[in-house]
Amino acid sequence: MDVLLDNLDLYGPFFWTTIKLFLISGVASLIFGTFLAGLRVSPVPVFRAIGATYVTLLRNTPLTLVFVFLVFAYPLLEILELSYFTAAVVALTIYTSAFICEVVRSGINTVPVGQAEAARALGLTFSQILGQIVLPQAIRSVVPPLMSTLIGMLKNTTIAAGFSVTEAGAIRQYLSERGDNQLIGLLWVALGFIILVAILSFAQRALERRWSVAR
Amino acid sequence: MSNVLFDVPGPKARVRHRLMAVLGIVAVAAILTYIVYRFYDSGQFTARKWQWLQYTQVQRDLVTALLATVKAFALGAVLALVFGAIFAAGRLSDHAWVRGVSTFIVEFFRAIPLLILMFLFYYGAPALGVTLPPFAAVVLGLTLYNGSVLAEVFRAGVQALPKGQSEAAYALGMGKTQVMTLVLIPQAIRSMLPTIISQLVVLLKDTALGFLVTYPELLYYARYIGSQGAFSRPIVPSTIVVAAIYIALCLLLTALANFIERRQRRSKKHVETERPPATEDVVGVA
Repeated sequence: MDVLLDNLDLYGPFFWTTIKLFLISGVASLIFGTFLAGLRVSPVPVFRAIGATYVTLLRNTPLTLVFVFLVFAYPLLEILELSYFTAAVVALTIYTSAFICEVVRSGINTVPVGQAEAARALGLTFSQILGQIVLPQAIRSVVPPLMSTLIGMLKNTTIAAGFSVTEAGAIRQYLSERGDNQLIGLLWVALGFIILVAILSFAQRALERRWSVAR
Repeated sequence: MSNVLFDVPGPKARVRHRLMAVLGIVAVAAILTYIVYRFYDSGQFTARKWQWLQYTQVQRDLVTALLATVKAFALGAVLALVFGAIFAAGRLSDHAWVRGVSTFIVEFFRAIPLLILMFLFYYGAPALGVTLPPFAAVVLGLTLYNGSVLAEVFRAGVQALPKGQSEAAYALGMGKTQVMTLVLIPQAIRSMLPTIISQLVVLLKDTALGFLVTYPELLYYARYIGSQGAFSRPIVPSTIVVAAIYIALCLLLTALANFIERRQRRSKKHVETERPPATEDVVGVA
């Protein structure tokens, strides 16, 4: 308990950074991932190929490698300077989007054929069918795996600790400088994550109940 | 299934699609050209930045680093499978306390970020008077985290089997152990094999976390060689090279999973089960 109470000035702000990382990257990956899913089901073969290539490459690359590239290699290219926090958001987003894309795509496959057929019979265009008929139903049906992907991303935010972002995973390093017990300190960090994951699982069940499509 | 979203394109739509394809290619090409130009302009393609690949010593070290990655993966995979089997059996047990303990352990290790687990073993354990080498911390972390995920995969596989399988076995007078080992587990493993292998892909990618607890694996070596002034700090080339290695290794494993799945679909021994919905870990975020 002492380790936690003596270092509340670490735990509070650092966990807050974790939550900020999670929220920003979560929203960004949901948007970008859905866009990728749109590419992967589009009528234009080239778009499908672009989406598939992106997903295959990113899903088979370790996230740590994405971080290494963005933090150590990317600045050498002198394109646009990113702060460590922004770099972490970008790394988490481009990685998680690939997984969100696959989940959304599997959701699109669960929408009954008749829905799209009826929409087509009404003369809706592809983007109208996708945006107004299919995606709203698809996303509702994949709320559980979507939330699980986001829970995975929450746990992945800790990797940013290795790249100068002061979030929960970095608490240990600061404790060691202060000479506190790192084992106890890390156990408190672990407990913090267990609580955050529990909150998200609770939200997952609540959303599932409210949003499940009656079919 | 995606083709229900649009009609077979007519002449007008074909022209429109071709136009969009051209625009799409131009847009992607523009982005890629810009990136490649930035690479070129900042001197990432100069011979000096790639020279390191020609040194036999560097090549040998690269192979050593690759072997370190594969070693952590192989040991982690075997131990995680064993851990998963034990705790899946625990969660399916008839004794409430065994179920309770197993559920607690599985849920506990699934909720903690893998990196925090590795930190616990590497930086936390010395507080207890135990000093673990980075390799042990990495393998222990991989085992506990992925083992817990695999335990859920195994359990889902057994529970997804048709009820008649166990009912018939019990009707023949088999005991619980016999039902499990002779009837349920062989079928469950068969149907879950693709999912299990996808989880092993995740485990392989997770070995890169060893970089953060100073385990000298592939990524660690890429960072090391990338900071060498003698080769004018080739961090961009070295990350490109190891990224290619990681992607190739993962694709090999994925190809194996796909091959097994295809073969199973043809085989008559395969029992069609309802695939449980993918969990985050099976989808593979880590």
